[in-house]
Amino acid sequence: MSKIQDAIKERILVLDGAMGTMLQRNNFSETDFRGERFKDFPHPLKGNNDLLSITQPEAVKQVHRLYFQAGADIVETNTFSGTTIGMADYHMEDLVYELNYQSAKIAREVADEFTDRPRFVAGSIGPTNRTASMSPDVNDPGFRAVTFDDLRIAYKQQVEALIDGGCDVLLVETIFDTLNAKAALFAIEEVKEERHLDIPVMVSGTITDASGRTLSGQTVEAFLISIQHIPLLSIGFNCALGADQLKPYLKRLAQNTSLNISAHPNAGLPNAFGQYDQTPAEMQALIREYLQDNLVNIIGGCCGTTPEHIKAIAEVAAQFKPRTILETI
Amino acid sequence: MAEATKYLKLSGLEPLIVTPESNFINVGERTNVTGSRKFLRLIKEEKYEEALDIARAQVEGGAQIIDVNMDEGMLDGVYAMTKFLNLIAAEPDIARVPVMIDSSKWEIIEAGLKVIQGKGVVNSISLKEGKEAFIHHAKLIKRYGAAVIVMAFDEEGQADTYQRRIDICKRSYDILVNEVHFPPEDIIFDPNIFPVATGMEEHKLNALDFFKATQWIRENLPYAGVSGGVSNVSFSFRGNDKVREAMHSAFLYHAIKHGMTMGIVNPEMLEIYDEIDPILLEHVEDVLLNRREDATERLLDLAESFKGDFKTNNKAVQEWRNGSLQDRLTHSLVKGIDEFIEIDVEEARLSVEKPIEVIENHLMNGMNVVGDLFGSGKMFLPQVVKSARVMKKAVAYLLPYIEASKDGKSSSAGKVLMATVKGDVHDIGKNIVSVVLACNNFEIIDLGVMVPPEKIIEAAVRESVDIIGLSGLITPSLDEMVYLAKEMDKLNIQIPIMIGGATTSRAHTAVKIAPEYQSTVVHVNDASRAVTVASNLLQAETKNSYVQSVREEYDKLREGYLSRSRDKNYLSIEEARKNKLQLDWNNFTPVKPNFIGTKTVEVELAQLVDFIDWTPFFQSWELFGKYPAILKDEVVGEQASALFADAQKMLSQIVTEKWFTAKGILGIFPANTVNDDDISVYEEPETRNPQLATFLTLRQQSQKTAGAPNIALADFIAPIESGKQDYIGCFCVTTGFGVDEKAAEFEKQLDDYNSILVKALGDRLAEAFAEYLHLKVRQDIWGYASDENLSNQELINEEYKGIRPAPGYPACPDHLEKPTIWKLLQVEEAIGVKLTESMAMWPAASVSGYYFAHPQSKYFGLGKIKEDQVVDYAKRRGIATEIATKWLSPNIAD
Repeated sequence: MSKIQDAIKERILVLDGAMGTMLQRNNFSETDFRGERFKDFPHPLKGNNDLLSITQPEAVKQVHRLYFQAGADIVETNTFSGTTIGMADYHMEDLVYELNYQSAKIAREVADEFTDRPRFVAGSIGPTNRTASMSPDVNDPGFRAVTFDDLRIAYKQQVEALIDGGCDVLLVETIFDTLNAKAALFAIEEVKEERHLDIPVMVSGTITDASGRTLSGQTVEAFLISIQHIPLLSIGFNCALGADQLKPYLKRLAQNTSLNISAHPNAGLPNAFGQYDQTPAEMQALIREYLQDNLVNIIGGCCGTTPEHIKAIAEVAAQFKPRTILETI
Repeated sequence: MAEATKYLKLSGLEPLIVTPESNFINVGERTNVTGSRKFLRLIKEEKYEEALDIARAQVEGGAQIIDVNMDEGMLDGVYAMTKFLNLIAAEPDIARVPVMIDSSKWEIIEAGLKVIQGKGVVNSISLKEGKEAFIHHAKLIKRYGAAVIVMAFDEEGQADTYQRRIDICKRSYDILVNEVHFPPEDIIFDPNIFPVATGMEEHKLNALDFFKATQWIRENLPYAGVSGGVSNVSFSFRGNDKVREAMHSAFLYHAIKHGMTMGIVNPEMLEIYDEIDPILLEHVEDVLLNRREDATERLLDLAESFKGDFKTNNKAVQEWRNGSLQDRLTHSLVKGIDEFIEIDVEEARLSVEKPIEVIENHLMNGMNVVGDLFGSGKMFLPQVVKSARVMKKAVAYLLPYIEASKDGKSSSAGKVLMATVKGDVHDIGKNIVSVVLACNNFEIIDLGVMVPPEKIIEAAVRESVDIIGLSGLITPSLDEMVYLAKEMDKLNIQIPIMIGGATTSRAHTAVKIAPEYQSTVVHVNDASRAVTVASNLLQAETKNSYVQSVREEYDKLREGYLSRSRDKNYLSIEEARKNKLQLDWNNFTPVKPNFIGTKTVEVELAQLVDFIDWTPFFQSWELFGKYPAILKDEVVGEQASALFADAQKMLSQIVTEKWFTAKGILGIFPANTVNDDDISVYEEPETRNPQLATFLTLRQQSQKTAGAPNIALADFIAPIESGKQDYIGCFCVTTGFGVDEKAAEFEKQLDDYNSILVKALGDRLAEAFAEYLHLKVRQDIWGYASDENLSNQELINEEYKGIRPAPGYPACPDHLEKPTIWKLLQVEEAIGVKLTESMAMWPAASVSGYYFAHPQSKYFGLGKIKEDQVVDYAKRRGIATEIATKWLSPNIAD
């Protein structure tokens, strides 16, 4: 099996687009979410997208397949909320290992259907719904709803399952609180050491708005410095912004690092109804500018992007060489 | 080329990259319980708020990293480190710099590493407990993502010679780089700074060995840095600050020359190297560099003569009077001294052809200096207002001459109309902005308070003003501003608008006001920015690009806001009511008040003084920090103290000469919650007859984390179904009668400073009255907390039982509750406080609110509510939905 470390030197790698947007097209009901196995589960399960890897695996596989067909080199596992912390909302903490394992396994199966060139599976590690460096209670700024150790333990379980299920790379993404990401990276390092393996790691933060900072308040440069203590395959940004709003921050990143850079922006900003309406052609034009400016090594889409968007992105990505890395800083 | 990137890189919210070009990195040392008795006391007493002020002062004072140390026998170090760093994380002005986690205990270091999102520095680890522990700790530090300070310490003890220092550092470095694969640029050595001039032979080389070891490390251990705690070196001269300061600077000077990259330094204990007395410097350097056998004795002898030397400049006080005329005028303006202004202005007048030239040249030169100092953060608002007072006096002196010479046309920077909008009576902020603008040569047309839109438009057109400044403090004023913008747009007026005042915001301006007006609308959040904004709006060169950039910024902000506001989830009002706060009424019986009914209260002003919360007073002057720590603040402390002294002086006049009258009224009534959100108020308990009034409360609707309720104030009162008789109180107090008259007197004397001061004190006294009355209610009048015994600070921290929320504030933003209180208590008839059409209280120095007694009642923010609650509320209030929407609009989710 060819390695992602080699592929990234040869070409710009294309990451997949939104999973949630695609799954919504199925209009799954509560019964569909439950499947046979959880039909008597005492709590509502509709909306638990990660669970679909177990109850509706064909639907999830089909999304992966469409993205690979569109030209993606890497698909992300359907595990964005796959920690005990994320699953607590659904009372499904006990299912975490299996969820991640199955999600990785089905993504692997689809990747292996494609034999034209190496296709990779990235284990998606989301931010969880709690923040380790911010208080949810404005009246008690010292309070924390989750600790570093809570996160480290939860992430470790997720990481082990993702690796067991056959991921090629781990993707710590949509980071809005850097301390959460540091706990995930700590857990990854622990697993790597215990298992004597060296799985590549991608890190992707989220700049929440025009302030140019993460939700937890860090600038692009401070964020970069805070997560560089472990070896990374790439660093980048995803979500919250469209490709054009994200561009200045990618530039600042590119100026300050010799790591590979990834970007998976949203399909523009949401319209008045909360929907994303940037067309594949529009997004392609913006991504073309990224490539002309030598900004990225890995490019894909986040909220609102579809296989059509990824197809357009893959077409334009094929016309350019990967970002060359300046080591003069 | 890749080698070149090996710089020490640290981060808080912002990056700190140490390159060869970087100056020496200052590490703040006062958040250290072993070094600061005050900090230790605050941490022991759990006064974390004040402890944060110390951290903030350090960052504001220029510390690039803050060292935090909680190593004290009586402290739970893990708890204190975690708590303090968590609190720092919530303060962006502190958290922007990296943290140095300073402890000799590994568990405290690890606790610190677990709560910082940025890349900090561990201070410190060493080979003291052997290689195994050293490697273990280094590996974990790397995994947590921090740099490390390594002490020159090994199994044998602390390095005290040059050779031991470099041997231990070399061994540590090799282990870290080769075995742990620790990035060499993340290693900082502390080769031990020990005291000199102790009289002991073996200490003679302490400084010199440090310098030499520093140089060796920088030359032989690639990319590693060197740090140290500087104050140790002068340990033998405790009590003699002059000598210590000189020693610290001289030590640093040489250490930096030898390659020291960072250090823990108290900036207050540091003399400027070039300003050290040359004889003292020579003696100090003799000791540090061990240049003479008798260096120690000579320094000890000399030190005697510096004992008790304190920084004094008394002799300089009147020296400025010998300067040139322009220097003297500038000095008077900058320092706000009016003693000599008329003499100097007269001298200036005789030296020019036309008296107007004195204003245009001499005085404006001086005011430009004031403007520059203020703009660069070297002067503070109270000083600028004092400068303005001097300027006004100077101009007043010249006016008769100017009129006599009949060429009284001065060229102003621009004409600015200022007004507090209809329905709002608050003008302290507006007056400050007017003064600052006037200082900068803008002509101000001040229309005062409660100015109707027609009047603003009419005056703006008639006077052909260049800018309109709108101010407001209460939420309905936001709508007034939107309305005014719309009206002006209809008339095709193009005058730029500046928006300011406590409830206004950049977001509101961008989202609600700017889209209504084709010309420019700018939000100005503080007086210090007003001049820049006004100049940018009017200068021909900057105007177009500035207007364009504001528009783009606001367009972006608006887009971001509109996209973000949808992310929040809301419950329907029915769902929110189902998730209300369920207090255990079965096991709680409300305390029957000692008094039921309405009573007026009169109080001597003197009784209120101790109840004043001074922190907001400083805020109104744009001096930020907690009282009393602000008086000793490194940056604004001096100004805060001067302002405080003026305030104290005026306060004692207010009290003894009875400038104001304090009047209040309160009522306590039987009450029960009905239909979840309404509080029915009755005359008689038990019979619940007759019903006197109904308070309508609003309920939080945003989706909460599991277990957290959607609160409304009604939840704190027993529901009628509980069968328990509960009670509610309400009140209005004022100290405002007399304030406006005094302020007008000062204005007549051209004294804006005291005019603003008297209003600010009026506001503080009204708040103090509310605090005082609440105490009386808790202890006596209602008596539900008769055993309460709290200090003033505890009162300010709201540590008492029960709350006194005010309509118009976060728990109950509905201003329409005020008329209910007014009717219930007959407020206007009893004490004369009126409500304006926007439900602002007049006089402005007034406070009204409710009393809730339940021990679990607490202050909260309503947040945004949804349309369904507005419709429901309109029905309950008996008004049209559109009217309800207008009143509640700042709280309605888009």
